[in-house]
Amino acid sequence: MDFSFTEEQNMIRDSLSRLIKDQYDWETRNKVITSESGWRPEMWAQFAELGLLMAPFSEEDGGLGGNAVDAMVVMEEFGKGLVIEPYMPSVVLGGGFLKHGGSAAQKENHLASLMGGEEIFAFAYGEPTSRFNLNDVSTTAKANGSSYVLNGHKCVVYGAPWATHLIVTARTSGDRFDTNGISVFIVDKSSQGITTRDYPTMDGFRASEVYFENVEVSGDNMIGEEGSALPLIEKVTDEGIAAICAEACGAMEIANADTVEYAKARKQFNVPISSFQVLQHRMVDMFIEHQQSISMTYQVTLRLDEDDVTRKKAASAAKVQIGKSGRFVGQAATQIHGGMGVTDELRLGHYFKRMTLIDSQFGNVDHHLRRYTNLAESADVLAAAE
Amino acid sequence: MNLEFSPEDNAFRQEIRTFIEENYPADVAGKNREELTKEQFLAWHQIIAKKGWSVPSWPTEYGGTGWSPTQKYIWSEENARADTIMPLPFATSMVGPVIYTFGSQEHKDRYLPGIVDGTTWWCQGFSEPGAGSDLAGLKTTAVRDGDEWVINGQKTWTTLGQFADMGFFLCRTNPDVKKQEGISFILIPMDTPGVEVRPIIMTDGGHEVNEVWLTDVRVPVDNLVGEENKGWTYAKFLLAHERTGIAGVARSKRGIERVREIAALEYDNGKPLIENPDFAEKVSQLEIDLTALEFSELRTIASLQKGKGPGPESSLLKIKGSEIQQRLTELTLEAVGNYAAPYFRGFPTDGDNVFPIGPEYAHQAMPNYLNMRKTTIYGGSNEIQRNIIAKAVLGL
Repeated sequence: MDFSFTEEQNMIRDSLSRLIKDQYDWETRNKVITSESGWRPEMWAQFAELGLLMAPFSEEDGGLGGNAVDAMVVMEEFGKGLVIEPYMPSVVLGGGFLKHGGSAAQKENHLASLMGGEEIFAFAYGEPTSRFNLNDVSTTAKANGSSYVLNGHKCVVYGAPWATHLIVTARTSGDRFDTNGISVFIVDKSSQGITTRDYPTMDGFRASEVYFENVEVSGDNMIGEEGSALPLIEKVTDEGIAAICAEACGAMEIANADTVEYAKARKQFNVPISSFQVLQHRMVDMFIEHQQSISMTYQVTLRLDEDDVTRKKAASAAKVQIGKSGRFVGQAATQIHGGMGVTDELRLGHYFKRMTLIDSQFGNVDHHLRRYTNLAESADVLAAAE
Repeated sequence: MNLEFSPEDNAFRQEIRTFIEENYPADVAGKNREELTKEQFLAWHQIIAKKGWSVPSWPTEYGGTGWSPTQKYIWSEENARADTIMPLPFATSMVGPVIYTFGSQEHKDRYLPGIVDGTTWWCQGFSEPGAGSDLAGLKTTAVRDGDEWVINGQKTWTTLGQFADMGFFLCRTNPDVKKQEGISFILIPMDTPGVEVRPIIMTDGGHEVNEVWLTDVRVPVDNLVGEENKGWTYAKFLLAHERTGIAGVARSKRGIERVREIAALEYDNGKPLIENPDFAEKVSQLEIDLTALEFSELRTIASLQKGKGPGPESSLLKIKGSEIQQRLTELTLEAVGNYAAPYFRGFPTDGDNVFPIGPEYAHQAMPNYLNMRKTTIYGGSNEIQRNIIAKAVLGL
């Protein structure tokens, strides 16, 4: 057992942390997220130069030989700086699909440019009525000779406005909720028949509604076998969960530090409000929630490559922890900041918003508690039967 | 003990309900508070004023209705049911009662009609950057110069001050005594030279509160309400008034119905979310907590009816009421799922007939969740309310 980081991972952390400190200060970020495009392509290029985009890929795939721990290190720093560039959608999810399911040709066509930052991926899976259910897929892909024709509406696709490519889930057979019959495609975003409506999100990112109207996609762009993509979707989504758990840990760290600092500086009744025991205990609980979240983030990150049931349980358990902790930390930090906590003048509110929306991304506390329960039961039943 | 409303009460409820249905202005109905113009904010106030119903709790000589506490309860319940924009508390629940209780005859004649009619917009100048929970630590000064007060300082969290005609301010008039004993209650027309209102943008992106900067603001000495240096007494009187209405039971009841409506429209594994037992049970739990709060409020009302004033127990209503309001926004946020994320202020506005992103009811879910964090902070934070109960009720 070893919870230490490699030299490379420490280097990634240090250089990224420096970059965020120098070029991702509060005022700059505010200007960027309210600008026309909402992001900085030149920042993305710097991330590529630092090797961040190739960090979690094997050397065989052209990467630096790292793994999910490297992505965790990056995402935690992103959480501290509330970095909005699309690392999670492109590198973790887009890269995840290519890494685990891509053919030699698909890897050849996309991995190098993804790691170089030229191609950017977004994951189009959710639909207006699918909520958090990954096998509730109404978007259709009908075979037409050697290609497929896509029709449907994908909602709240994070990072899509900046993406060159979309990873799209679509039904090639079966009924709306069937676990079989779901396929995954790499779709060039400039394909004919795709329209998007782009908008800012409450947590400072950009997302799109993506509409597919008779979009023709070559069969070569299907990842894996036709109709059997759900296990891959679940695996990659669990990696996304691990990534945003790490991001939440970074956000909690700053929210807690800002709160402690504020409580020490803020005086009422001629004393710092940090001297009140009721606030001290709440800050202690915030600290504990943050620590437990870090533990659960390690837990899921280190189990991503285990068998499906172990991985799924690990991901759901971490997501439950992070959802609850993020809510507690965000609410308590706001309360201790008093009126200042509900203004846009402090950065705290932005951390609160991100922690809040992380809960619903890839399924909220209720969803993952149910998933965990179902998995725990089936694992127990299977063990008893043996 | 008896839970039944009397036949008279039921007839009264019907009368109110019909009046609201027939008279609530159509251009205000269903709008978010933030979209409202000053005129629309005041529209319902002005309509019920004509009926004589704008200040039910006031003594009848100043415009009160003389309703029983039960009737007042029914009145607020029916308004919550219809989701009306009620008269703003700053005028009718705060400065009004201070003026009719402590003000001079001239103050009453000059200010009360505009409060009753809804033609004067009042704002509150209490909190300061350095005086929040410790309100008595305020530093804004009023110095006498001949026939005028000269006022300097900075106020903050002034709700909707951008629309205000008049403000009521707490100012330090004697720096040499115990802090509670050197404060005066002064009325300032907001168009007086030296008054500057600056917006504070909230985490939800809205402009609801303001800073008010006062630089050599001169008002007549007559603008002092009651006695000099007795302002703290009036402020405490006013805050107790604020606290009783703060439970928001009727509005929260409506909020629970709304969460159920939304959860019936949202899908979870192809079935309405409200059929998901995990979610449904959370709504039930909240409704149970609200029922407890409702009966605590009814007990308070019943003792008011017997002539006992609201005691420090009103802190209980504030604590539970605000927590329930927050949990309601939390459940709504949960209900809308993925469509909580789009920032509706940033929606593309190319063309007039742009269809919205996600269901309309989802647009306010996240902003409301963020905005309602204020309820456990304002009106005396919940930590302060617990201190009040600890000291005044439990004698700790």
